[in-house]
Amino acid sequence: MLDWLAFERRVAIRFLREGRMQTVLIIVGVAAGVAVVAYISALITGLQRNTLEKTLGAQAHVTLSARDDVVLPARVPDADSTALVHTQPRVQRPRSIANWQALVPVLEAMPAVAAVSPMVSGAGLAQRGEASKSIALMGVDLERYDRIVHLRTKVVQGEARLGPGEGIIGRELADDLGVRVGDRIAIVTGTIGDSLRVTALVDLGVRELNRRTVIVPLRAAQSLVGLPGGASGLDLALFDVWAAQRLAADLARQFPYKVEIWQEANSQLVSALNAQSVSTALIRGVVMVVVALGIASVLVVSVVQKQREIGILRAIGATQGQMRRVFLLQGAIVGALGSALGVLLAVGLIKAFTTFVRGSDGLPLFAITLAPGLALSIAGIATLCGVLAAVAPARRAAALDPAQAIRL
Amino acid sequence: MTATRPPLIELAGVGKRYNVGLPNETEVLHGVSFAVERGEFVALIGPSGSGKSTLLNIVGLLERLTAGSYRIEGAEAGRLDDAGLTLRRRAVFGFVFQFHHLLPAFSALENVTLPALMREARVSAAQHERARAMLTAVGLGQDMHKRPGELSGGMQQRVAIARALVLEPPLVLADEPTGNLDRASSDEVFSLMRQMHADLNTSFLIVTHDPRLAARCDRVIELVDGRIESDRRGGGTA
Repeated sequence: MLDWLAFERRVAIRFLREGRMQTVLIIVGVAAGVAVVAYISALITGLQRNTLEKTLGAQAHVTLSARDDVVLPARVPDADSTALVHTQPRVQRPRSIANWQALVPVLEAMPAVAAVSPMVSGAGLAQRGEASKSIALMGVDLERYDRIVHLRTKVVQGEARLGPGEGIIGRELADDLGVRVGDRIAIVTGTIGDSLRVTALVDLGVRELNRRTVIVPLRAAQSLVGLPGGASGLDLALFDVWAAQRLAADLARQFPYKVEIWQEANSQLVSALNAQSVSTALIRGVVMVVVALGIASVLVVSVVQKQREIGILRAIGATQGQMRRVFLLQGAIVGALGSALGVLLAVGLIKAFTTFVRGSDGLPLFAITLAPGLALSIAGIATLCGVLAAVAPARRAAALDPAQAIRL
Repeated sequence: MTATRPPLIELAGVGKRYNVGLPNETEVLHGVSFAVERGEFVALIGPSGSGKSTLLNIVGLLERLTAGSYRIEGAEAGRLDDAGLTLRRRAVFGFVFQFHHLLPAFSALENVTLPALMREARVSAAQHERARAMLTAVGLGQDMHKRPGELSGGMQQRVAIARALVLEPPLVLADEPTGNLDRASSDEVFSLMRQMHADLNTSFLIVTHDPRLAARCDRVIELVDGRIESDRRGGGTA
C-alpha cells in the first residue's frame, strides 16, 4: 500500500511544489469555494432546523381524528346505472376515536413516534363578569401534551398544572378577561358550564392563539364537549419530522381514522424550505463548477509549462497512464488540501457568526454547526471535483509526443 | 554469443516522412539500413539537417518510422502501440540528451532513481545503493543531493549518464551528449561513456558532429541527406 502510485505521487507533489505561487493560489481558491459551500450549507441547515423547531415545537406532527360524517346513499346503486344525488351535507358532531385508550400504546410502540397525546377539543365561551370571549377548548393530559408542544417552556406566568378544576389560558385571553394566575373563570359550551382556576398563562407565539386558547384536564373537557370517556383526536410527535408523510400513509392504511400531517397545515413553510434548499443546491453547484474550472485552468497551464519534463519522463520509461495519473493526482491533492483549509475557514466563519451576530436579546440568533458528516461530504465532493477537473489536462499530458516535447 | 542470435537492433530500409498528406510533406530519412550488435560503441555523424536526431529518436522508439522495418533483438518494433513502445523503451534503452534533460525539481540522486521508481513503484535498498555507486562512479559522490540547477553543465551530463546506465540497459542512445560542454568537460564525459562501455559492456549509439569524438568510437556511421554515406569500423581508442 505504501508503494501505491509511489512514482505518480512523488512527481505530482514535486510538480506542485515547483509551481509554488500557482499552487498556493489555486489551493486558496479551492479553500474559499469549499468554505462558502460549507458555511452556506451549515447556515441553511441551522436556519431550517431552527424554523422547523420553532414551528413544529408548538404543534403535533401527525394528528389522528375520527372521520367526518358523510351522507350514505339510501340504497346501493346498480352497477350499470348512475345516480345523480342531491343531498345536504351532514352536520359534523363531536365524535370520539373509538377505543383510543387501546390505540395509544400501539402508536407509542411505533419506532418513528416520539410521543402520543389524546386531546378533546371543542368551542365555547369564557366568561368573567361582563366579559365573554369565544375560546378554543382543549382537554389534554398535561404530561403527554407537554411532550408534543413543550407547553412548560411557553409559560410566562404561574406554574403549569392541571389538577381537577384547573386550567391554563393564553396571555392575551387573560388580558381580555382581566385575569391573573389564581383567579377563576367560567367556561360555557352549549348547555353545560364549568368553572376553573387559572394556574398559568402561556405565550404560544401567535397572538390569535393566545387570545383563544384554554387548556383544561381531559376529563373536564370530555364533560364540557359531551364526549364522556372519549378523545376527539390523538396528537403525535415524531423523531424525524420528515417521516410524517410515510407514517401517515401507514396509519391511514391500518386505521379507519382521518390522518393529517404538519405539512398540510404549513404548506407555505414547506414551500419556503424547499425554495431555500433548491437555492442552496444551486449556489453549491455553481461554486463547485467555478472551483473545478480554476483547478482545470491551472493544470492546463502546468501541462504546457512541464512539456519538457513530461517528455523526459516518457523517454526514460513513463507510460501514458503514469503521466495521466500524475496530473489526476495533482487535481486530487489540490482539491483535498483546499478542502481541508476550506473546512477550517468555514468553522472560523461559523464561530464568527455565532459570536458576533446576535438577536435583540443579546443571545445568538440560532445555533449553526458544521456537522462532521457534512464537512466530510463537501471535502469529498471538492476532491472529486479536483480529479474531474484534471481529466482534460491529464489527457493532454499523456498525449504529448515525447520526441517533440524533448526538443523544446 | 551464438551465431543465431539476432543483432541488438536492426534497421532495414527505414524511412521517415513528416506532415504526410500535407503540402509541406518532407522525407527526412530514405531507406536507412544498419544493425548494432551487443557491446558496440557507435558514432552517428553527419551535417546538421541530415536526419541524425530523427534516426536516433526512431531507434529509441520516441518516434515512429513511416517505411521499412525495425527489429529489436529480432522482434519487430515498428508497429507497436504506445504502451508497447514504452515497455520496449524501458527494457532496452537509456537516454542521454544534449541539454542534460534532468528533472529540475529532483535531486541528482532522485533523478537517477526515477527509472526504478517508475518501473516498480518503489526503489529498493539495492537500487538505492546502485544509484549512489553510479553517481560516485561518475564523480558526483559529494553532490548527489544537489538539484540540477546547482550543478555545472558537465556535472549535469554525468548525472544524465548515471541515470541512463543505472538499470544497465543493453543500449544507451546519446544525442550530442557533449554538444553543450566546453572541451575539458566534453572529454571527461566522453571518457566516462567509454569507461562505462568497458565496465558494463553496454552498447552506445552516439550522435555527434564533433569529429574528434567520432574518431574515438569503434564504428562511425555517416548520414548525409537522410542516407547512410559510409559505415566504417576503425580501432577506436578509449
